[in-house]
Amino acid sequence: MQNYVAVKKLSKEYSCRRLFADVSITIPDRSVFVVLGHNGAGKTTFLRIICGLVPATSGQVDFVLCGNVLTAAEKRAKVGLVSPDLELYGELSAVENLEFFSGVRGLPFSLQRAREILEFVGLKGRGHDYVATYSSGMKQRMKYAQALLHEPPILILDEPTANLDEVGVALVDTIIRRQKEKGIVIMATNEPREVCYGDQQLSLA
Amino acid sequence: MATSSFPWLSRSLAVLRKDLRIEFRTRYAYSALLMFAITTLVTVSFSVGGFMSGPEMTDIAAALLWIILFFSAMAGLSRTFVQEEESGTVIALKMAAEPEPVYIGKYLFNVVLLFSLTVLVVPLFVVMLNLSVVLVGGFLATVFLGAMGLAGASTILAAIVAKAGAKGSLMTVLSFPILLPLMLGAISATRTALGGGPPGAINADLLMLFFYNGVALAASLLLFEYVWNE
Repeated sequence: MQNYVAVKKLSKEYSCRRLFADVSITIPDRSVFVVLGHNGAGKTTFLRIICGLVPATSGQVDFVLCGNVLTAAEKRAKVGLVSPDLELYGELSAVENLEFFSGVRGLPFSLQRAREILEFVGLKGRGHDYVATYSSGMKQRMKYAQALLHEPPILILDEPTANLDEVGVALVDTIIRRQKEKGIVIMATNEPREVCYGDQQLSLA
Repeated sequence: MATSSFPWLSRSLAVLRKDLRIEFRTRYAYSALLMFAITTLVTVSFSVGGFMSGPEMTDIAAALLWIILFFSAMAGLSRTFVQEEESGTVIALKMAAEPEPVYIGKYLFNVVLLFSLTVLVVPLFVVMLNLSVVLVGGFLATVFLGAMGLAGASTILAAIVAKAGAKGSLMTVLSFPILLPLMLGAISATRTALGGGPPGAINADLLMLFFYNGVALAASLLLFEYVWNE
């Protein structure tokens, strides 16, 4: 098992409230890991700690690719995140957003690649519209475009089908299936349809 | 895979390009900067413009110029980070970018913003207050280094302020002690350039401004990762 995510004795407390304690789990390559729990159980916080956006109270999360533990900067290049509180630049068009995220990741940008990815997420023909003019479902699709742009081996999804219609939900199914074939999916959800994808589950009380 | 031999530079320029694009479309920061600068400039010229003669008036003119630029900077430059926090784009930015290119990109954006302001405000100030610039080169160097220093210190302060609740007042309060040495140096150099002192005295002030810029930039780059990841 050369590629995996190792969560070691992870704990998170806010003031006097403990969200979770001593969570240890290994998420292997080509698998889907699902975090379950009621509202406020700490699902989003758990994902944010994995992404490195929020510090853990104790414990650590290691990303191991080809046997090497990644540094914080390397982790950033290997993760794609879709989350309800992640927003894209509304004053820029979809293509301009993708151009920016390519540039800031140090990747070459091509209009062809942008068109392909926008077509894949169902935004064909809307690439030059400002993201602020999109509906909430279209914004969610755009978040997938941004998260998949650098073809990350690890995809982290918080409420993956939020705001999506039936076609959008089918798109997410496709994305999860494809990602599972080549990497890792970690997602927080309570939707029975999405929970079924999980090879492993963690239930936060 | 980096697209250039200086990956920080290309990533910083991506941040700068994005911020300029958004600013060009919304004018959030530039409107605040410009409105404050024009309002204070007109007020100052009407109230003291008629008395701007005599050698002691160069002291007042130099101080007024930097007061206008300081408060204009405080009015607009914090928007760079506050906007990212308020709109929720900060998460996407953190996931995609390393801290250093973000700081450099935002710093360059503030430099561009402040330079475009000084290009408008400084000539207007000189004309409206009927000032004569004795050392033109020294005056331009002072404005250049002063604006760079204002932008450098304001950028790291904006990053700190963006994390706080009381954003409006905190920027000015925090920046005062940090920008005081810059302001004193810039005022002194401007006074000399306007003929209020021996011409040779400007060299020491310009050197001080130059080193202030270096220290502010280096300290900001060292500090920024901690502020950004907080």
